Amino acid sequence: MISPAELKDVVPQIDLAGGGRYPVLGASHHLDGATARHDRVAWGYAAGASQRGVDILQHTPVTGLVHAGDRVAGVQTPGGPIAAGVVLSAVGGRVTALAAHAGVRLPIRTHPLHAFVTNNYAQELGSIVASTELVCYVSQTERGQMLIGAEFDAQPSYSRQSSFSALRAYAYKMTKLLPFLRELRILRSWAGICDISTDFSPIMGETGVDGFLVTTGWGTWGFKAIPAGGEAMAELIATGRAPALIEPFRLDRFARDHLVADHGSAGTR
Amino acid sequence: MLWLTCPNCGRRPVEEFVFGGEVRAESDPILEPDEQDIDLVWMFDNPDGLTTERWFHVAGCGRWTTIRRDTSIDVEVS
Repeated sequence: MISPAELKDVVPQIDLAGGGRYPVLGASHHLDGATARHDRVAWGYAAGASQRGVDILQHTPVTGLVHAGDRVAGVQTPGGPIAAGVVLSAVGGRVTALAAHAGVRLPIRTHPLHAFVTNNYAQELGSIVASTELVCYVSQTERGQMLIGAEFDAQPSYSRQSSFSALRAYAYKMTKLLPFLRELRILRSWAGICDISTDFSPIMGETGVDGFLVTTGWGTWGFKAIPAGGEAMAELIATGRAPALIEPFRLDRFARDHLVADHGSAGTR
Repeated sequence: MLWLTCPNCGRRPVEEFVFGGEVRAESDPILEPDEQDIDLVWMFDNPDGLTTERWFHVAGCGRWTTIRRDTSIDVEVS
C-alpha cells in the first residue's frame, strides 16, 4: 500500500483530487505489474503446439458434437466429423451455444468489452494505472499510444460494435484521474465478447457429460491465468483427475453452493 | 449504443437502466425438481439473438419493464 504522495511520485501525471469528484485516498503499487503482447503470446503457444505435433485448424467452426450413446466422442465440422476421446471446449465468447450441443447448461452470460487507443503521448507513463473504484485502466503501448479499457457492458450481448456511450463513459472516468488524456485523440476503438460466470470466476473441468470438458468463464482476465489453467486441464484430460489447483472451479460448485469469491478479494472485474 | 423504451418515460439511453436478467422463453425440459431449481437460480439461456428481459428504470420513473432485445446487434426490437 502506498500513500497519495507516494503515488504521485510513481505517476506524476495523476490528479490526486480525481477532478474534484474521485479523490485518491491511497493506492496499491504492484511492482511486478506489466503487460504482454497478447497476439505474440497466442502465436507463441500455437507455434509451440504445432512443433509438438498438434494440428490447429483455422477457419473451421465446430457445428456440432459427435455422440456415442451418452458420451461425446468427437466434433462435427463443415469438413466432416473428427473423433476424439475427450472434447474440451475452450472457446471464448460463444460457449453457451457450444455446450448446448452436449445438453450442458452453463451459468454464463456473454458481455461485450470495449477498449480504445489514443494517438501518441510524447511523455512516458511508466506504470499501468487502474482504478478499482472507477473500474477502468490505462497503459501505454510500445508505440506510445494510451490503451484504455473499463468494465464490460452491463447487458449481455454478442455485438462487437464499439459504442459511443462506452467511449464517453471510459473517457470521462480516466480523464478525472489523468487529465492529460484530454489533449489526446481516440485513434481506434473495438469491442470483443467475454463469457462471464455468475461468481466472476472461471469454470474448469467436467460437465456431467462423459467425454465433454469445459474451460470457460474467463471473462475479461483469462490472459493472465490461462497458462496455468491450460496445464491443469491437460492433466485432467491425461489422468482423468482434476489437479487440486482447479478443483474449486468445478461446474457443479454452483449446484453445491460453493462459489469462488475471487471477484471480491481481487478487487477486479 | 442501446436505447430502451420505458412505458412511462419513452425512449431513453441504456445508462438510465439497470439490467434485471433474462425472462425464460419456455419451461425447462428438466424433470427432476432439485435440478429445476438449480437451473432456475444459476443457469442462463444467454441467446445470440432475440431475448426477453426485465429492465429497471432507475434514473427515470423507478419502474420495471419487460423489453425484447436482439443480443446479436444489441438493439431493442418490438
